[in-house]
Amino acid sequence: MATYLIKRLLQGIVVLMAVSLVCFIMFRYTGDPVLMLAGKYATQQEREMVRVSYGLDRPMYIQYVSFIGGVLKGNFGKSYISSVDALDMILERMPATLELAFTAICISFILGVGLGVVVSVWPTGLVARAIMAGSIFGISIPTFLIGILLVMVFSVYLEVLPSFGRGETVQIGFWRTGLLTADGWKHIVLPAFTLSGYQLAVLLRLTRAGMREVLSEEYIKTAWAKGLSPFKVILKHALRNVLIPVVTIAGLSFGELVAFSIVTETIFQWPGMGNLLLTSIFETDQPVIVTYIMLAAVIILTINILVDLTYAFLNPKIRYE
Amino acid sequence: MAGILKSQHVRNYLRDPSALIGSILLLIFFFCAIFAPLLAPMDPYDLMTVDLGDFLLPPAWMDGSVSAFPLGTDDQGRGILSTILYGLRTSLIVGFSVVIISSAIGIVMGMLAAYYGGVLDAVVMRLADTVFAFSTTLLAVLLLGVFETRGVATVIFAICIANWVKYARTTRGSVLEIKDNAYVVAARSSGAGDFRILFRHILPNALPPIFVVMAVDLAVAIMLEATLSFLGVGVPLTEPSIGMMIAIGKNYIYAGMWWLTLFPGATLILVVVAINLFSDWLRDELNPKLARQT
Repeated sequence: MATYLIKRLLQGIVVLMAVSLVCFIMFRYTGDPVLMLAGKYATQQEREMVRVSYGLDRPMYIQYVSFIGGVLKGNFGKSYISSVDALDMILERMPATLELAFTAICISFILGVGLGVVVSVWPTGLVARAIMAGSIFGISIPTFLIGILLVMVFSVYLEVLPSFGRGETVQIGFWRTGLLTADGWKHIVLPAFTLSGYQLAVLLRLTRAGMREVLSEEYIKTAWAKGLSPFKVILKHALRNVLIPVVTIAGLSFGELVAFSIVTETIFQWPGMGNLLLTSIFETDQPVIVTYIMLAAVIILTINILVDLTYAFLNPKIRYE
Repeated sequence: MAGILKSQHVRNYLRDPSALIGSILLLIFFFCAIFAPLLAPMDPYDLMTVDLGDFLLPPAWMDGSVSAFPLGTDDQGRGILSTILYGLRTSLIVGFSVVIISSAIGIVMGMLAAYYGGVLDAVVMRLADTVFAFSTTLLAVLLLGVFETRGVATVIFAICIANWVKYARTTRGSVLEIKDNAYVVAARSSGAGDFRILFRHILPNALPPIFVVMAVDLAVAIMLEATLSFLGVGVPLTEPSIGMMIAIGKNYIYAGMWWLTLFPGATLILVVVAINLFSDWLRDELNPKLARQT
């Protein structure tokens, strides 16, 4: 287990190095940072000064080494636009994204697994058919369209839920939270449902497929024959075994959630990392984009390793040498 | 290959209403996209025919409409119907290009990885793991964020870079199953070269699961193009795109001008649902597990 963990960590580091190298090279060859820093109307002299003061006149590999050295110290450079530390900018917006992602995961998990169980226990009923039809729409409507449709119905037509921003927030230490005020909760409903939409449909279908397989197994028949209550048979004996692969797949698709959070945050003007990324792309604010990519890579790789380890922990059949 | 078109499959197809509806819808969409210049009332990207004065007109059945624009116009005076027809072209061009290019790369890489194993296999699979962890959507957004100029070709390129590993994985899986079969061994012992074995003996038998992935992927690629264009990192403003139409329409939903978003949105959903209905049927037909039972 320990060797496996070390191997995974080393692999993760290799991936991070590759990501940083790709980022670095791409940004050196697309766009001119000097032009960005000095401004369009700078004279040749001013440009030269910028080039020297930011170290852009040194050879490529030295720039890369100093870039990596800075990254290891948590120094990702300053935003070209606002001259604020890029990492600070992103970290400041991280709570908003994490709260949104967390709420969305909860929704897709509770509803996805719950409805998946309902559908597999009463597979022929009208409710099951409606739920399955809904899930087909869930995977056929892209996230951004789910968001727009929700806004049209709940904000424009019914006028019951806000479609803009986080609402009232409370600052606790470094964490600015919207989950402690009623206004904050009202604001998170639409974005959270938008973000959970796709994953909800996937989890529902996975749970249904798993339950159908497990419910016909011998040990479930034994459990029924023992006279256990339906509650115990379905939730304790069947669902437990279904959940392992479901949780794994949900965990491994975290990258998808990050991607869709960019879309969701754009629609709802949610002040999170994804929104910042997109603004930075339009302003070619490269330090912020690089920092976002590196940070996203670290988060996604960490979650992948954790999911793998949990999987091994939950399923005694799996042993990594 | 010929086995796929056996009469049993055709009979199942004709008996499956959702497959029929899906493919009829798809044919209609293909027809509309191919003949968009003939069908569309106007060319929405020809500055000569667009009149800014026609901006934000409602659909034909509402007050203040103009009969030349059956589904209304957007803020630039472009007819919604015409823009959808032209946007459909972009969607399908991107969708098919992505499926064809990334499957070609993925199939070759997957075959080589499975057949030769070793370092190549390890590299391809690690690459696949990494790309999967990041997700195609995130990679495409980031890649396009870096590109200086964006167009249909760049969008296709960015999606393919992230997308081919899907095919590599599927191909590798089925080639691993096939490569030790008796007929492959027989081909090798009769002196067939690696190239001939791979493309004549292994590939045709590895294709059915790949076809299913391709069908599903067409829908995914079309949704992804729309998403990228919606975010503003996809197709440029000067080219038609359904995702872009929805992004423009988003600014007008509070003004009650729903037709700017709802018509392109519904088209996109219908295209994707049609493809998914068709690919569901394809999966049932080509699924070797189910086929063996019958």
